[in-house]
Amino acid sequence: MSFWNDPLKVAADWLLGVFTGWGMPEMAANILIGFLGVLLLITVLMVLDIFLVWIERKVVARFQDRLGPNRVGPFGLIQPFADIIKLIIKEDTTPGGADKVVYNIAPMLSMMSVLILWAIVPLAPTILGVDLNIGALYLIAAGAIGTLSIIMAGWSSNNKFALIGAFRQVAVMVSFEVPMLTMLLIPTIFAGSMGMSTIIEKQDVWYVFLAPLAAVIFLIAAIAELGRAPFDMAEGESELVSGFNIEYSGMKFGMFYAGELLHAFTFGGFLAILFFGGYRFFGLEQVSPFLAIAVIVFKAFIGYWIIMWVKYTLLRIRIDHMLAFNWKFLTPLAFSLLMVVALMNALLANAPIWLYISGMFLSNVAVAWAALEIARSVSRREREKVEGPKQVVEVGH
Amino acid sequence: MSQWIYVGLFFIVGLIIPIGAIGAAWILAPKRPNPIKQTTYECGIETVGDSWVQFKAQYYIFALVFLVFDVETVFLFPWAVKLGQLGLFAVVEGIIFILILVAGLVYTWRKGMLEWA
Amino acid sequence: MTGEQIVFLVVALFTLGSGFMVVTTRNLVHAALWLVSTLFGVAVTYAVLDAAFLAVVQVVVYIGAIAILFIFAVMLTRKDVRDQGPQMNKNWWFGALLAVMTFGGLYFLLQGWSGLSKTAAAIPAGFDAVAELGNELVSPAAYVLPFEVASVLLVAALVGAVYVAFNPRSGK
Repeated sequence: MSFWNDPLKVAADWLLGVFTGWGMPEMAANILIGFLGVLLLITVLMVLDIFLVWIERKVVARFQDRLGPNRVGPFGLIQPFADIIKLIIKEDTTPGGADKVVYNIAPMLSMMSVLILWAIVPLAPTILGVDLNIGALYLIAAGAIGTLSIIMAGWSSNNKFALIGAFRQVAVMVSFEVPMLTMLLIPTIFAGSMGMSTIIEKQDVWYVFLAPLAAVIFLIAAIAELGRAPFDMAEGESELVSGFNIEYSGMKFGMFYAGELLHAFTFGGFLAILFFGGYRFFGLEQVSPFLAIAVIVFKAFIGYWIIMWVKYTLLRIRIDHMLAFNWKFLTPLAFSLLMVVALMNALLANAPIWLYISGMFLSNVAVAWAALEIARSVSRREREKVEGPKQVVEVGH
Repeated sequence: MSQWIYVGLFFIVGLIIPIGAIGAAWILAPKRPNPIKQTTYECGIETVGDSWVQFKAQYYIFALVFLVFDVETVFLFPWAVKLGQLGLFAVVEGIIFILILVAGLVYTWRKGMLEWA
Repeated sequence: MTGEQIVFLVVALFTLGSGFMVVTTRNLVHAALWLVSTLFGVAVTYAVLDAAFLAVVQVVVYIGAIAILFIFAVMLTRKDVRDQGPQMNKNWWFGALLAVMTFGGLYFLLQGWSGLSKTAAAIPAGFDAVAELGNELVSPAAYVLPFEVASVLLVAALVGAVYVAFNPRSGK
């Protein structure tokens, strides 16, 4: 077994040899190796996070027809490092009425809730943190800790804007968790497991072809969970200035900001894992784990790019519209889709694969079409109630 | 349990990194607090009253409705895992389960509890 | 002492300590946050017992939904989150007696139980607890009726909540 084929195992075996050579018990050595591996992964993620700041700024600049950072270093690549130096040496003010302990714990929990998600991300067939067989629920559990950190930050700041922002954000996050949980059930049904690596291994056909509507609903729920535009109620610059993190400055603010970017990238990764085949790409993952990592990172970046695209294209939605959209449209749609998929899965269980795929795809399209038709007729009726029946506008004199 | 050791390691390292970053900032950043700096930020306007504002009870209702559906989907996960090997009967059971809850959602909707106003 | 026992002791102490803080802290939001850490400790205990599904459900439902509901309730109903009243009422001795008696009774009952001195059998390889649970939940020989009743119970809870929140004056 060479380093090219299974780098993690080769490195772990070598380290185990070294550590037991020092007289360390094997159990302790294994835990230490695990710790070093996790530390390596998370350090790489943090470095990536630094560049995500640059990518985000560069991409939003192009969307808005600007150049973005281009002064510090080639293409402004050194800019994020300058930002970090600034964050570190900036004076960290704590508002007088703040609840100090809760105030300081919140940014750490926020970052942690994102980093622990990577425990279940399979980067390659042999490179993964933990193959939990309850992966899909773990994703939601980590999100629960993130929700908690937001309400802690908002409450402990002793600021009206912060508290309002936190309340709104938490209401949105918990509401959109329902369609997200429901959409996590669909890859679970297809794969017969909640484990992320099993879901990838079973994806001979990308699940986005089996359930395109599920992928779309998952993306929408993910954006709401991230608190990004058009669901960025928590920040709402024009009304709440900065929302739940208004009183944070320096590195504590940096933790929220970096956490948000990494969270978005992570959800790009989960979109890739659940619906776009994860590290699989026409057998490329069999060649080398390094190629597999490249594939999944590339897919995660595409997901991240779509999330950015949505963020910088759409306007913020009002909170009542947002919750109504979730509870009156997205949730019933998600449940209908789940029932249809479960039913089709049972009916087509023995059908040939091409029939299974096309049946699933068409049923998804049919559900989406029906939902849009119902939404359209309801909204037409609502409009007529407000404006009166539509009148033909005379053109001319 | 061995799996959970690694999950635990992720929790520990996931806390160490932000503590390290905030700790570094705590060591390096200047600390010159004064009463004006520490006032609550409200766009430069003096704060009126305390930060407690009357919230709409609606937030609570949404959290309650969410709780019900959260528990429901948790029940559905074991069902979904096994669905491939089970027959049509299990699917119908699951659908009945969902439909009962959708009826609850419809009731909440009809009662106007999903309205913001 | 094995590593597992050390982990269990640390987690148990953490859980009990958090639980103690829940009832003694005067700040209601702090009490809710200590409750979160208690519930998290319970989740870690499940994880130590290899009950992965229960551990994650504990976090999803209790921390993700119920704790949030608690915090919302505290923030919505109280103008001042600090509890001003006395922390003990005059029945404290009766409560303490009841607690000691419950503990003693449980201790007495469990002394004769053989399970305490045995280690649990290891879970066989390839045993998927979640799939088994799914199987049991929908098979007519096992828990299909409780499964459906659970759904009715959830709807009843929802209807009850809506009824309580229903304000007849505004007609909404």
